[in-house]
Amino acid sequence: MYGSASTHDIPTKATTGLENEDPILLAEFEARIARGEKIEPTDWMPQLYRKQLTRMIEQHAHSEIIGSLPEGTWITRAPGFRRKMAQMAKVQDEVGHAQLLYSAAETLGKTREQMLSDLVNGKSKYSNVFNYPTPTWADSNVISWLIDAGAIVNQMANAKGSYGPYCRALDRICAEEAFHLKYGHDAVVHMATGTPIQRKMMQEALNRWWPAIMTFFGPSDKMSTHTEILMRWKVKMATNDACRQQFLDMYVPKIWEIGLTLPDANLRKNEDGVWEFSEPDWEDFKRVINGDGPCNAERIAVRRAAEENGAWVRRAMQQPQAKYVRPLA
Amino acid sequence: MNPKLDLLYRLADDQLILGHRNSEWNGLGPILEEDIAFSSMAQDKLGHSLQLYMLLHELGEAEPDTVAFTRNTPQFHCCQLTELPIGEYDFSLIRHFLFDHAELLRFEALADSSYEPLALVARKVKGELKYHVLHANTWVKRLGTATEEAIERMQAALEFTLPYALGIFETTEAEPEIISSGLFIGEAELQRRWEASISKVLAQTALTLPDLRLLTPVTGGRHGQHTEHLQPLLDEMAEVFRLDPTADW
Repeated sequence: MYGSASTHDIPTKATTGLENEDPILLAEFEARIARGEKIEPTDWMPQLYRKQLTRMIEQHAHSEIIGSLPEGTWITRAPGFRRKMAQMAKVQDEVGHAQLLYSAAETLGKTREQMLSDLVNGKSKYSNVFNYPTPTWADSNVISWLIDAGAIVNQMANAKGSYGPYCRALDRICAEEAFHLKYGHDAVVHMATGTPIQRKMMQEALNRWWPAIMTFFGPSDKMSTHTEILMRWKVKMATNDACRQQFLDMYVPKIWEIGLTLPDANLRKNEDGVWEFSEPDWEDFKRVINGDGPCNAERIAVRRAAEENGAWVRRAMQQPQAKYVRPLA
Repeated sequence: MNPKLDLLYRLADDQLILGHRNSEWNGLGPILEEDIAFSSMAQDKLGHSLQLYMLLHELGEAEPDTVAFTRNTPQFHCCQLTELPIGEYDFSLIRHFLFDHAELLRFEALADSSYEPLALVARKVKGELKYHVLHANTWVKRLGTATEEAIERMQAALEFTLPYALGIFETTEAEPEIISSGLFIGEAELQRRWEASISKVLAQTALTLPDLRLLTPVTGGRHGQHTEHLQPLLDEMAEVFRLDPTADW
């Protein structure tokens, strides 16, 4: 999992700051990206590029650790040895992804401590889907399969982006996500084809999660203009709508195939091969992403408690003579 | 109880319950690397318990899932140390240190057990436990020599945890036969080796090991007597499994 639907600061002509950049360096930077070269930490880059990437990788990292919480609560309740061990390994992978991503973001100049501090202080965001509750084991399975599936669509695209450390982290992350997808699919199939109690649990979980899944890739491109420069710099590799269409095309048939239904009467593929669906409730999306969702406070409270309870360990680890060294990859 | 069953249930239940506790560190560790480390150890311990429940199944006991997910407190033979809530990192680290030193020595000895299937499992398990002990030693040495605050916390955790740790070595009625049949070297010998092993590490820190002779071991776990913390853990563990016992999850 888990990152996606990053909320970019939308650059407008007035705020890009590009007029302050050296035009020769900027032209060379853009030419390198156009040639498909990777930008590395010590290379010259415009401030806007550094800022947008930091924000994006940081949000992705936060999404991994916050995303590990709703699934993590099911580790201790997973039914049977096989699921218990797999759930643990799966969630552990997500925390490992956060570790990789914080390192990638640190190459841009912001420390992990600053990023975690911004997370608990509400200054930086994470994927909005984790502000919704996971009341049953089936909800956890839906996340493992479909949220991870959505993340793969997004991350496979971003792995072809321009920033070297982020691309390399994404390559490794996607390889692990592919296993999560198999795990999640297997768990959902067992439930969807299981006993009446299991089938009911799974259908209800899917109904609960579908609206959030539909918002996972972020607002429609009609609503978020100005992505042109981010696409040109290969920070953003695919539009929100393109990702959503790809996801629907890959997974709706699989969901229907195992006998589950989706709570949207308008969902269908039209003759042009484009998926039609009821417009998600973007007002609700905005309300939740801005802090007023069912689980925002709880997620941040858990993270804050972990930070506070562990502070003595981090203090003890700090050697007075130690200097911060920015990782290079 | 049959000495093999008696020994296997104690070993398996310890691993299952501490594995479960270690997994609760997800999302709560002092640094991300510790979330990951505790998860790795939890996965290992769960795997060890599964291997041991499979040996029990071969001896005629129920399936591992049934044994692990449907028993209640009085049927569990873990020591009380393993069932205590994770508390803060100092306690969890000290528990991990005290328990895994005993576990490594235990499985090294079990590698020579007269019961060949157990010896085979032990040879695999001891290789993994080596890393658990390495992890515990690294952190105990680091925090046990760091700030005054860390040393004070670690010392308090050590003093709180030691009586429970001595409960690891509680024996049952089967002990004489376990030793005479060559199944295992016995708890008294294990405890002797354990004291030497932890003393060696603690000597490299600012922590003080109290005189263990003056402590009263917290026992009962091996006989099905547990703290109030075990049943809620078992209820949580079985919450989904028991929703539909006929289901394949």
